[in-house]
Amino acid sequence: MTTSTTQPAPSWRSEPPVRSERGIRAVQPVAALLGVIGLGICLVLSLDVVSAAVALGLELALLPLLRIPVRTLLLRTSPVLVAVPLTGVSIALYGRASGREWFDLGFAHVTDGSLVLAVATMLRVLAVGLPSIVLFIGMDPTDLADGLAQILRLPARFVLGALAAIRMMTLLGDDWRQLAMARRARGLADTGRIRRGASMAFALLVLALRRATTLAVAMESRGFGAPGRRTWARPARFGAREWAMVAVLVGIGLVSIAVSVAVGTWRV
Amino acid sequence: MIVPGAQAARIEFRDWGWRYAERDDWAVRGVDLVVELGERVAVVGASGAGKSTLLRAVAAVLPDEPDPDDDSAAAAEGSVLVDGVAPGSVRGRVGLVMQDPEAHTVMSRVGDDVAFGCENTGVPRGETWERVRSALDVVGLDLPLDRSTTMLSGGQRQRLALAGVLAMRPGALVLDEPCANLDPSGVQQVHDAVRALLDETGATMLVVEHRVGTWLDLVDRLVLLEPGGGVIADGTPADVLRSHGDALTAAGVWVPGAEPERGSARAPRPAPPRAGEIPGSVPGSTLAFRPLDEAGTRALPRAGEIPGSSAEPTPVFRPLDEGGRAAGCAAGHTAEHTAEHAAEQDLLVAEGLGTAQGRRQRVGSGIDLDVRSGQVIAITGPNGIGKSTLGLTLAGLLRPADGTLRATTTLAGDAGPAPYAWSSRELAVRIGTVFQDPEHQFVARTVREEIAAGPQALGISDTVERVGELLDAFGLAHLADANPFTLSGGEQRRLAIATVVATRPPVVVLDEPTSGQDRATWQAVVDRLGALADAGTAVVAVTHDRDLVRALDADEVVLSATGATPAAETRAPAAETRAPAAGTRAPAPATATNAPTEVTT
Repeated sequence: MTTSTTQPAPSWRSEPPVRSERGIRAVQPVAALLGVIGLGICLVLSLDVVSAAVALGLELALLPLLRIPVRTLLLRTSPVLVAVPLTGVSIALYGRASGREWFDLGFAHVTDGSLVLAVATMLRVLAVGLPSIVLFIGMDPTDLADGLAQILRLPARFVLGALAAIRMMTLLGDDWRQLAMARRARGLADTGRIRRGASMAFALLVLALRRATTLAVAMESRGFGAPGRRTWARPARFGAREWAMVAVLVGIGLVSIAVSVAVGTWRV
Repeated sequence: MIVPGAQAARIEFRDWGWRYAERDDWAVRGVDLVVELGERVAVVGASGAGKSTLLRAVAAVLPDEPDPDDDSAAAAEGSVLVDGVAPGSVRGRVGLVMQDPEAHTVMSRVGDDVAFGCENTGVPRGETWERVRSALDVVGLDLPLDRSTTMLSGGQRQRLALAGVLAMRPGALVLDEPCANLDPSGVQQVHDAVRALLDETGATMLVVEHRVGTWLDLVDRLVLLEPGGGVIADGTPADVLRSHGDALTAAGVWVPGAEPERGSARAPRPAPPRAGEIPGSVPGSTLAFRPLDEAGTRALPRAGEIPGSSAEPTPVFRPLDEGGRAAGCAAGHTAEHTAEHAAEQDLLVAEGLGTAQGRRQRVGSGIDLDVRSGQVIAITGPNGIGKSTLGLTLAGLLRPADGTLRATTTLAGDAGPAPYAWSSRELAVRIGTVFQDPEHQFVARTVREEIAAGPQALGISDTVERVGELLDAFGLAHLADANPFTLSGGEQRRLAIATVVATRPPVVVLDEPTSGQDRATWQAVVDRLGALADAGTAVVAVTHDRDLVRALDADEVVLSATGATPAAETRAPAAETRAPAAGTRAPAPATATNAPTEVTT
């Protein structure tokens, strides 16, 4: 890049800072996003046990490559791990009945057909849910925003607005704790949990709007939303690593379909 | 090096005025002001004089477009020009830095935040990073570009904002109370960064600050703005200070050289006060209490008398071991104490106290501290050292991470010794907390209900009387039916203190009670605190305000990376009349592990 500098600066000073991330963290998050969407599409095409099991098996085999500590892994995937058995039970009870009947409670039956469907669904939720969580653990929202804006060409206003909103979430968490402490300090925290929660939610809303207004002013004063082309200080590349990420994820989906078709369980 | 390509900007107001949408009154009107190329001007004036509005107009960030056809829409009159044209058409020429460092950091990494403005104005990538590095050099922020912005101190954040502005090569720098929320070292950092920036760019500067002394060495002109009256004084700082000193003070400006005297907000203490005595009875100091007097029948309480004590002790004034709360105290012991040191009872004792935000973020440790009735303790130290966390821990709101925090039986009564384990109602009558942001603690729709909320929750029978007294005492009677969220900053602060005092706790903890206030509001708050302490309440203030420490003649506890130590300058002459242990015990052990957030590598 050329500059209008009168005295030439050392060239390193015009380089974007080198990011220290290695391995999976260095892959542009948009690649993971696209890959997970591709995998998801592959997996919703069929409702059989085999394709979901193959996909999940492949994912579990690749999981150690991400080097995520077990504790973090369990903590982050806990929503999925809780949702999966619940989905399973409800489908086992209310899924389409076929084959041998195990229970009949009048409003709910458990049959061979509904049990198979339950297992298939559980595996499928895991197979889609697992990568869509683990690939984004430790992801930098800024990198995702850069990718969304520069690679997928989403509007900068929308992307940067969302990015700023994510940053504000931590501030709102602090606000919530302060609100709770303030109510305790004033003798209002012993009773009326629900009403108190409502009043705190209202106060949080007021504070959030106020913060958003300030931030909007700050962004505007730095030229955000000015007419003219916006440049991007951080390059967002979609290179070999990114294609590899997409290929692996979509590959998992395609392999699972192929196996399922081969053993004859594929059904649309 | 910053390229001297950016010319300084000329700012001109011609009979300018602005009215915000859905307001009846003009925020600012009739302003005629010209700031020539490269000139540096400080604007001062009372709260509500429209100083911020003025700056926002220059930076083209006023909300709403004026619409002459709609009465409820914003309205403008006259004109404001930057380089002869409307500010909105030269976006990027004017750089704005505002008060709240927390709220205006845009990106999550230092380098990205500085680059943000360049990106928006279409600067090529290579040049952007060059500008980012130069700007960080100029403001003296020697941090890696990928350092997280959440870990910065207030002073660092404001310098980051300055760097972000500088990278855009502005012709004018517009600063809206940039130092209001900073500790003294942060103020110095920002001042030096601004000076470096101005030296580098020769930019025009407009700055608004209550504590105008910070900027006097950098500005050429001082302009006094009157609410609705435009510019009433304009000249060199020395001239304006000399000829308009009184007007400036009246407008709430911190005129240099007119700082409060040590102990000026406390009643004089000729001798240790006797039980039941209001220390001193100088009209000025008791004024704050007068409304609490029974129906105001006596204008001034006589010395040696608690106002209203004939009927029933008023707990705010009541020596702490009188009345039902101190059930745990042996009677003889109590009498002995009240005779000797009514205002010097231990209420809270911290031993080897460690503090933490949440479960993991350990903040401070090894803190030894006594909180005594009638004592003012100022907890000071650099931003991010854990002052607020210590305050909240002392207030029974955060669980001590280490050591003990014990309430003496005088304070605890029939509740347990650990404030953190008290129920909300038990806590509210023992320790009150005023939060840094008053809006965090408002729960009601009107000011009156707000003050009543605490006493009502406690089932106190004379709630209505208490509310009436406090509304008068805190100058909020005319706002009784207003929504707390609509009050001005100073009014909110007074209300916050009133709501806490309403339950009459013997200990009041305040987090930065005076930050960002003009002189008048500051005086009102500090007078209240002094009066509370004089009446026997223990006041613990987390603060970086030297004037507060001095005016309240507070016992200072300085938090540093090596723990809490009593400052050398605590309790000047008056201290001699007090008990030797004034607040803190011996220096904290060397095991202290305060983690400063001022990161320099």
